[in-house]
Amino acid sequence: MSVQDAPAPSGHVGREVPRKEDPALITGKGRYVDDIALPGMLWASFVRSPEAHAKIVSIDASAAAQRPGIRAVFTGEDMADIGGPLPLAWAPPGVEIANPPHWPLARGEVNHVGDPVAVVIGDERYAVVDAAEDVLVEYESLPVVVDPEAAIAGAPFVHEELGSNQVHKWTQAGGDVEAGFAEADVIVERRVVNHRVTGAPIECRGVLADYRAGSLTLYSATQVPHFVRLFMALLLGLSEDQVRVIAPDVGGGFGQKLQVYGEELTACWASRKLGVPIKWIETRTENMAVGHQGRDQIARVRMGATKDGRIIAWHVEILADLGAYNMLLTPLIPSLGAFVMGGCYDIPNVRTDIIGVFTNKCPTDAIRGAGRPEAAHMVEVTLEQLAHELGVDPVEIRRRNFIPKERFPADVATGVTYDSGDYHASLDKLLQHVDLPAFRAEQVRLREQGIYRGIGFSTWTEICGLAPTRLFGPTGLGVQAGFWESALVRVHNTGAVTVYSGTSPHGQGLDTAFAQIAADKLGVDFDAIEVIHGDTSLGPEGRNTYGSRSLASGGEAVAKAVDKVVDKAKAIVAAQLEAAAEDIEVVDGQFRVKGSPDKGMALADVAGAAYVGDVPDGMEPGLEETTFYHPDNYVFPFGAHACVVDVDPDTGRIKVVRYVAVDDCGNPVNPLLIDGQIHGGVVHAIGQALYERIQYDAEGQLVTGTFVDYALPTAAEIPSFETDRTVTPSPVNSMGVKGVGEAGTIAGSAAVTNAVIDALRPLGVDYINMPLTPMRVWEAIRKADGTEVAR
Amino acid sequence: MIPAAFDYVAPDSLDGAIKALVDGGEDAKLLAGGHSLIPLMKLRLAAPSLLVDIRKLPGLRGVQRQNGNWRIGALTTHSELEFSPELGVVAEVAATIADRQVRNRGTIGGSLAHGDSASDLPTAMLICEAEVTLQGSSGQRTLPAADLFQDYLTTAVGADEVLTEIRVPALDGYGHAYQKFTRRAEDWAMVGVCAAVKVADGVVADARVGLTNMASVPLRATAVEDALRGQPATAESFAAAAEQAADGTNPPADLNASSEYKQHLARVLTRRALSEAAGE
Repeated sequence: MSVQDAPAPSGHVGREVPRKEDPALITGKGRYVDDIALPGMLWASFVRSPEAHAKIVSIDASAAAQRPGIRAVFTGEDMADIGGPLPLAWAPPGVEIANPPHWPLARGEVNHVGDPVAVVIGDERYAVVDAAEDVLVEYESLPVVVDPEAAIAGAPFVHEELGSNQVHKWTQAGGDVEAGFAEADVIVERRVVNHRVTGAPIECRGVLADYRAGSLTLYSATQVPHFVRLFMALLLGLSEDQVRVIAPDVGGGFGQKLQVYGEELTACWASRKLGVPIKWIETRTENMAVGHQGRDQIARVRMGATKDGRIIAWHVEILADLGAYNMLLTPLIPSLGAFVMGGCYDIPNVRTDIIGVFTNKCPTDAIRGAGRPEAAHMVEVTLEQLAHELGVDPVEIRRRNFIPKERFPADVATGVTYDSGDYHASLDKLLQHVDLPAFRAEQVRLREQGIYRGIGFSTWTEICGLAPTRLFGPTGLGVQAGFWESALVRVHNTGAVTVYSGTSPHGQGLDTAFAQIAADKLGVDFDAIEVIHGDTSLGPEGRNTYGSRSLASGGEAVAKAVDKVVDKAKAIVAAQLEAAAEDIEVVDGQFRVKGSPDKGMALADVAGAAYVGDVPDGMEPGLEETTFYHPDNYVFPFGAHACVVDVDPDTGRIKVVRYVAVDDCGNPVNPLLIDGQIHGGVVHAIGQALYERIQYDAEGQLVTGTFVDYALPTAAEIPSFETDRTVTPSPVNSMGVKGVGEAGTIAGSAAVTNAVIDALRPLGVDYINMPLTPMRVWEAIRKADGTEVAR
Repeated sequence: MIPAAFDYVAPDSLDGAIKALVDGGEDAKLLAGGHSLIPLMKLRLAAPSLLVDIRKLPGLRGVQRQNGNWRIGALTTHSELEFSPELGVVAEVAATIADRQVRNRGTIGGSLAHGDSASDLPTAMLICEAEVTLQGSSGQRTLPAADLFQDYLTTAVGADEVLTEIRVPALDGYGHAYQKFTRRAEDWAMVGVCAAVKVADGVVADARVGLTNMASVPLRATAVEDALRGQPATAESFAAAAEQAADGTNPPADLNASSEYKQHLARVLTRRALSEAAGE
């Protein structure tokens, strides 16, 4: 079904409802951590290592402590009473993970630039930052290892006591790749680098910890308040009911706030120690250095195919640079790509081997897409090279390999079951927007004028909606939690409705989506629905927001909780109107008896009856319901993207001139939100492909520590996006929805890269690793010049 | 932004500003638009003890024409230059600086006195053969732009001097172009080439070519200029002359460009700038 074919939605779901979050945010009425102040609050500033690897010989805080307004300086040894090091929540069955302790304040040794060694507490922010400069730390430099390929080869070691820099080895294999390669007529090999990037949320991290009278309230700019509560309780020796974590308005996360950070723990610990609230607001400089980073994979990839273009073997060997420590999910992240390593394609033999390695750099962890952008990039750039080598059109080779829609739900070689897909429809729709024959004619014409224009495709799928615990949890992949989602829906006496979600959105617009879902099912005004999340003391336990899970898991939980409320309301109405419950329907905001449109009750009247106890015998009063929804599979959104670029062969400069995205996230709840997610996601991908890169020098110094050097793209670098959709409902949940938050990021970098290669093939260039900076492109052209003729 | 502690004064006279600079000693810094100094203070790479804000000084803003010269007040913002098309190449160059917000705050005097090798206006001043007026405790002096820029972030402006005015000869009859190569629109120049070309009867009467970020200071590509004078104003002449654009340069490599790549860019951009300036 295409969008044009879809019936016009009768309610809120499916409509472009403007975001209910926006009026407050765009008029400056948002409430972020830094907007919150508590009486008697002190400020914290961290003393951070300027060295990438060193022993801490001594720390002299006397000068800092004597500065005016300074109340305390603490080091790692002062925090000896915490319950353990910072958590790693991945314990894959049968896999050994080297996991040296990662302390909130370093103990004895620092392992990357920015590693915190002390915290200064004082009356105001400027005073503590000044005082932190006066904490004298004597370091004894240790050998530094920055390059992951050098790190895996041997000494020096980030953690000397391990005698190795290897973190872990992990394999996912389906079929027999070597047997596949033996039968292949053509094999394409590549060294594909998915370089290191950061999340760069506009709001950096920040915490305000308030321990008083035996309980802790922590305001944190986090994506995961429930996980933070759990670990604050465990590490501070409190019970979870003594800890309340509040994520107020959060200004973006992009995975970087899916973490339990040492600064959070230190602020809580210091608040308990000093008996006053402690606030820490991260600077951009800190965020660039120590907010966890992502990607950083070097892969050897091998794709084998028959001469008619059927892919029969696909082997990916990833060396993942994990930085200096394991954080919450650090070594897991590359594995998330392994489950969709076969992309949209029917490949019988797929194998992913991952080796994680420590280096003296900031730890990596989830950044938007988390493993899946890397996987999509690898399969899509290799596939286009395969097409080139076989002389097959890149569109045609995709069609030959797509898993046909009849196969869904489709068991694939990577050991998961793709819930839904219609890849041909997606590509067909893309080609309605992109007239490929006309493009090819224009491309030739432009080359004669010296303009090298190229088109690149990315037909992608991903795995999201985390998750079925049996697959993702302790006995499956090994993440140490259950991954259901909760919702509580409360109809108040007046008929007003509050939806509590266990997710913790931070910019996605899910308040709007959840309210749309509830409004339609309850037949009430959208604006009368309040959505609350991100506060562990309000609503049930939750599993929060990451991995494009919040609609497919959290939205479904809302739907199920509302359904329960509706069922109860119908029973009350049936009793009141002397009808059968199954004859009650919700129409125009009224609970009505079918066939008797004049007999009905508004939700407010139903609630009134419920709260005065005027309910059927045996029914409890009140009108609220809770659901814990546990999906039985992941969801697998997909799509087809095309990018058109112009390359200036004299300078290597790339201009993105067109970007078309056809995405399928199942039934659309709010097309406006979907487009917003696609736009932002694709910008993220263009950033990775062309602009952004975290770089360290040979001494482990971060050399891209500001937005001058870390080149986030701006509006001037980005084209107007053209978006469209196909709708293939997911069978996993009742709403037929799939995630969309990471889609653009997963799809985009390959489309951009393929476009550049397509433009430059006449010059003999067949691959360039990201980021495709002007100098890299110029060097590739120069190196290839005359060495390969155009095919 | 959490800079180190500093004192702040905003005198309302030039004499007051100079006195504040003298009294403040070597750690006193002049503050104009703040778009060079404040980012350094944010990173604590600069920690001046005293900021002397000259925003209240009278008569330092605006553009006037006098005897074939443009007299530009030091506090004139990049935006004001950008929207003064009569300034020719100066307006064109100013329009490429950073982004709108920076152009609305940053000043020509601040940019020239700071002397960042990747900044744009110094190159334009060099090829226009502009002069700057410096006012200090021991009086006033004027200096050609070529003598103003001494090294990285080092100019001839004395610790007790205020750059008050820039005198730019109006290059009447010249075509002009600024080819600025950046990764993103708002970035500092990876390389920039500023050209002004006067053509008479199809022949290059004069050509001036300046290079941004090819050394610690802006450079004149004199070999290109010399090669072009008297030559036919054709694409072929420009292309041939542009081959010499990087001669004698040894640009420092940075995150985005090797020395060799910068030299290559200088040649390509010079060819393009000359053709554009001459309307070819």
